Amino acid sequence: MDEPLSPAEVLAAMPHREPFLFIDEILEVDDDHIVAAYRFRAGADFYRGHFPGNPITPGVLLIEAMAQAGVVAQGIYLLGRAGAAEQGPLLMLFTQAAVEFTGVVRPGQRVIIHGRKLVFRHRMLRSQVEMQLESGDAVCHATLSGMGIRQ
Amino acid sequence: MSETDVMQKVVTILTPYAKNPEALAQVALSTHILEDLKVNSARLVDVVLAFEDEFGIEIADDDVDAVNTVGDAVRLISAKLS
Repeated sequence: MDEPLSPAEVLAAMPHREPFLFIDEILEVDDDHIVAAYRFRAGADFYRGHFPGNPITPGVLLIEAMAQAGVVAQGIYLLGRAGAAEQGPLLMLFTQAAVEFTGVVRPGQRVIIHGRKLVFRHRMLRSQVEMQLESGDAVCHATLSGMGIRQ
Repeated sequence: MSETDVMQKVVTILTPYAKNPEALAQVALSTHILEDLKVNSARLVDVVLAFEDEFGIEIADDDVDAVNTVGDAVRLISAKLS
């Protein structure tokens, strides 16, 4: 078994970059779970239109942030643990979502994302992922899946 | 369990994932799961998990790579059951 990747190594291995990386830091990661944090930038351009005078972070971006943490980052960790990287680079792609929203994220708010692995088989990862505000208020929860694809 | 029974259960499991109803209506051992039935490859693990639950077997990841057709699945499952 390879040495496990550190949270910083997982973050560095993310394929996403600004302005479409929605993880500032990975607080915890192991074989079964991940905790990540992200602050939605108050100056992000999409707030001008979503919505004028009432800026709310688009739900698709909340799902993206949850998928980046719970599927892509968790997947990078697990694939690294499995030694899969030795057989060539794998890109972890988000493939499936069942999501329910219970709150909103305003510009500049920081969210904490908790992911818990449900299934990791044959390069497919499915996780239960929850997003909360720093206050602990729940924003959304989802079951998300992704696959490691050879590049 | 006969191969015919296994085939029926395999087709039942594949049905909700198959996006080509014409190919599903004429399903045979030679039917290709991805190319003919148009099952999304990202859902193959769900299909395998359903096979494991339905038949009470374990299917190794390497075995999954060798399954292309309905017949491949039926033969693999029948071998595990025997």
